[in-house]
Amino acid sequence: MDFTGSQVRPGDLVRIFKDGYVIEGIVMPLTEYSSKDLLVIKLSNGYNVGISIAGARIEVIKERYINIEELTAEEPRVSFVRGMSDKLISVISTGGTIVSKVEYGTGAVKPAITAEELLEFVPELKDLGSIEVVDLFRLLSENMDPDHWTAIANTVAKKLNGGVDGIVVTHGTDTMSYTASALAFALRNLPMPIAMVGSQRSSDRPSSDAALNLLSAAITSLNAPFGEVVVVMHGVISDSYSLVHRGVKVRKMHSSRRDAFQSINDLPLAKVDYSSRKLIMINSRYIKRCTKGELIVMPKFEKKVALVKAYPGFNHEIIDFLVDRGYRGIVIEGTGLGHISESCISSIRRAVEDDVIIAMATQAIFGRVNMNVYTTGRRLLLSGVLPASDMLPETAYVKLSWLLGNFSDLNEVRGLFTVNLVHEINEVHEERLFPKWYHGL
Amino acid sequence: MKLMKSMKNDYSLSGTMDFNYDELGLRVGLEVHQQLDTKAKLFCKCSTKLYEGSFEGVARIERYLRVTKSEIGEVDPAAVFEFMKGKKIIYLAPSNHTCGVELDEEPPHELNREALEIALGIAMGFKSKVVDEVHVMRKIVVDGSNTTGFQRTAIIALGGELDDDEGIVRIQTICLEEDSARKIDDLGDAVVYNLDRLGIPLIEIATAPDIKSPEQALRVASKIGLMLRLTNKVKRGLGTIRQDLNISIKDGAKIEIKGVQRLELLPKVIMYEVLRQLKLLEIKNELIRRGVREEDIQDRIYDVTNLFRDTKSRLISGNVSKGYKVYAACLKGFKGLLKLELQPGRRFGTELSDYARQWGGTSGIIHTDELPAYGISHDEVLELYKYLGANIESDAIVLTVGPEDRCINALRAVINRAKEALRGIPKETRAANEDGTTRYMRPQPGAARMYPETDVPPVKIDERIIKEALKYVPKDPGSVYDELVRKYSLSQELSRQLLRSPYITYFYELVQEFGDEIPPQYVASLLTIHIGSLRNEGVPVENLSIEVIKHALNALRQGRLSRDGVINVLREYALDNRRPISELIEKYSTALDIKYIYDAVHRVIDSNIDELVKRKDKAFNIVMGRVMNELRGKADGKLVAEVVKKVLNERLGHGY
Repeated sequence: MDFTGSQVRPGDLVRIFKDGYVIEGIVMPLTEYSSKDLLVIKLSNGYNVGISIAGARIEVIKERYINIEELTAEEPRVSFVRGMSDKLISVISTGGTIVSKVEYGTGAVKPAITAEELLEFVPELKDLGSIEVVDLFRLLSENMDPDHWTAIANTVAKKLNGGVDGIVVTHGTDTMSYTASALAFALRNLPMPIAMVGSQRSSDRPSSDAALNLLSAAITSLNAPFGEVVVVMHGVISDSYSLVHRGVKVRKMHSSRRDAFQSINDLPLAKVDYSSRKLIMINSRYIKRCTKGELIVMPKFEKKVALVKAYPGFNHEIIDFLVDRGYRGIVIEGTGLGHISESCISSIRRAVEDDVIIAMATQAIFGRVNMNVYTTGRRLLLSGVLPASDMLPETAYVKLSWLLGNFSDLNEVRGLFTVNLVHEINEVHEERLFPKWYHGL
Repeated sequence: MKLMKSMKNDYSLSGTMDFNYDELGLRVGLEVHQQLDTKAKLFCKCSTKLYEGSFEGVARIERYLRVTKSEIGEVDPAAVFEFMKGKKIIYLAPSNHTCGVELDEEPPHELNREALEIALGIAMGFKSKVVDEVHVMRKIVVDGSNTTGFQRTAIIALGGELDDDEGIVRIQTICLEEDSARKIDDLGDAVVYNLDRLGIPLIEIATAPDIKSPEQALRVASKIGLMLRLTNKVKRGLGTIRQDLNISIKDGAKIEIKGVQRLELLPKVIMYEVLRQLKLLEIKNELIRRGVREEDIQDRIYDVTNLFRDTKSRLISGNVSKGYKVYAACLKGFKGLLKLELQPGRRFGTELSDYARQWGGTSGIIHTDELPAYGISHDEVLELYKYLGANIESDAIVLTVGPEDRCINALRAVINRAKEALRGIPKETRAANEDGTTRYMRPQPGAARMYPETDVPPVKIDERIIKEALKYVPKDPGSVYDELVRKYSLSQELSRQLLRSPYITYFYELVQEFGDEIPPQYVASLLTIHIGSLRNEGVPVENLSIEVIKHALNALRQGRLSRDGVINVLREYALDNRRPISELIEKYSTALDIKYIYDAVHRVIDSNIDELVKRKDKAFNIVMGRVMNELRGKADGKLVAEVVKKVLNERLGHGY
């Protein structure tokens, strides 16, 4: 029987007669880029080719030769695999490249597989202990919002209270540092490190960094002496060691490199050597594992908080708009030592009078704001702007959202914003904290 | 026939090198891989020139690869194989030749348009049907030669054909793909690659298994190579074109052979593979005759370190003193078969040894068919048979020395390969050796190793691309030959040589440039005979670009270089291309004006006058020889001869 292009379905085995040629293969779903008058055919040698159906005769040899749906969509699962030691590691999967694979609908890499499959990919994890996988979200990290932070914090808290030896949270890398900050403020008196981990090369590739990052994260959570929320990622582009960064001090500094995550204005806490599987401390300033006190969980976040960047031409109406829309906090990513155009000062004053908290971080990323040096800074301070010290703008944003979510007294919020809670502020910047760039030989 | 005499086997195996390929049912498919001469690489903007500097200060990155599933949920056997070896991979990334894309630190850019157009032009030349949309795939390759763990490859055309004296050979697929990294060292537990070659566009032309003789394979490969060169958009020199083969005979298996770099080697590789398959079939028959069954071959691996406590074998004691152990396995019924030669210098034992090396990473095996040797005594062999409970009359024992896990993996692979011998010929991917024999590389990959490269959007082939591609469609080789003979009056032999050489497109460019001022026959023989003999001298002639040859010929046209001088300049430039060509032209310049030649001739005659008068009949040769010697290639022989004749006539009378 002959078919037109629209009658064949992905998964069908077909034979196409065209221009004196015969092409046989399995129909694949079109990618989002493919033109609609084509069939994408998987040949027996594994290659895909796009064939225009204009002037072609199509014969379906077998309908549903393979089941495309079944292969691309899998049910969420909570799973457990017994390991080689009596330790229990809970892996909370939230999505991202670390648990991603090819998605036919779009032809793109999307989070789709369960984290359980990671064990097939990283069999060494079983050497460390039994692995429990909680398939919490399957989110690309750009779609993560403060409600998700709350849910993740609650899940981690539940696991901690239930008794585990290690906690690993897998996350997309784009906004992983925001979530890490959120957990760092929301969960206190941690009995172990909460190791957040992602990957810059998806786990469907042989060269993925996912396996070594995951392994290092598990080692960190099991063995490290600190009780902090950390981000564990490749330290360099070689597969030689991972760095353990303090969640409130880490930033994704490159769009694609494996070593994109680096500590800013702080030393990494530790590194995990791949060949020896050992954790080596780098930073002596850390919060120790809490052995006595009870876990404190304050998982709320105020969503009416904005992070805005100052730039030449910035219009004060943006601040007015946010205030009029009922925003309760605004973090300005200011220029240099913490500035924004003087034309904004009256809007900022109005905001502060309306009980909107205005904080100032620096878009220079490295270094600290100091608003006493220039006139504009001093005027901003006098208007009620809170300096964020050396906090990353992202951390300042999360901190303000957390403070407004958990404290009703605005004076308390102001007071807590400017003091150090979980080492989000580092008072001492040693020379070695600034990276070295290539300047010729 | 000569080969058969060298094979001294205990068992007389039938067969001869004068194979009747028809009767044997030989089927050969060819895959020709050729680098395209594009400005940029296939998925980034790096240059396609190779790095020639030292590796001092060059970025060095260490990685490991892991096997993954394809989107159909299968794991490719070839990929699993590589992962089991768990090797560290070291990449050297020279600046200007590599960027984040080669390092797998940045996603690929869009498919290089120039490369696609050239490839499509070539496809049209082979009457292949261009696909309507090109989909880039990831082909899993976890030996480290690709930083990603896969090679990016796309079919750009299907079908097509090639005329040959023995009938039409069909083209199956034409692919555009990225070249792999250059392996520069194997440190045992790590492999070192230079990333400069990674990402250079390659066109792969795969024929159907329509080739029926070794000679036909050579002809077809030559013709494909010629058509590629006729586009003038492919790279030249060793390593820029590579041939893979798949070879089968009746009752045999389809064997893939990778990386034949020299075209002339193709017939030999095919002949040796036929020989190997016939020998393996004979081993199978012999095993059946002996009544050996698969279940007789035990999987048990024995630690026999203690048997060699007091061994005189340095090979063993040296390893044992490092803390390594000796392991053994018994191959029941295999006695004598391991020393059977399958290919010249390669016995069945060599095959087993390759398996041990590839799967276990050990240095190979020792087997009882070659013992006593390596300092292992006859008594130790007897002990070994006794310990394993093996029959010294009929069984073979295989030994390996090294770390436990490696030895176990190695012997497991050996045992499995021995079992395969009962079934016939295992499907393998083999690598070509320099002498035309082949060695085991890995199991054959399946279609499961392929999944879509989602980082690169598919490319719709529209009229605009086709129009551009038409520029690159190669001329038909037959018409090119006619043109050489008729239009340029080259001899048939010279025309054929030129077509076989890598320089056919140089010829066209040079005759266009120099018109009548330099005869096309000279240009043709320069590109074939003269450059050919430089190559035979071992001169790296791939350093000779069209620009360099143009410079030299331009100097010839202006009379600044003699024809000899052209060769000297090209030789020296090829040997050391850091010196500017103009300097070399200066060095060999004939700008010695004609007066200088006259002076030299007079000088030689003056100092040899007595001899010349005495041996008047030899005078010309004497003077000519000495003058040429004095001018040392700086002057054209013809010109010197004229001057010598003229002066001799003047000074010694007529008749020269």
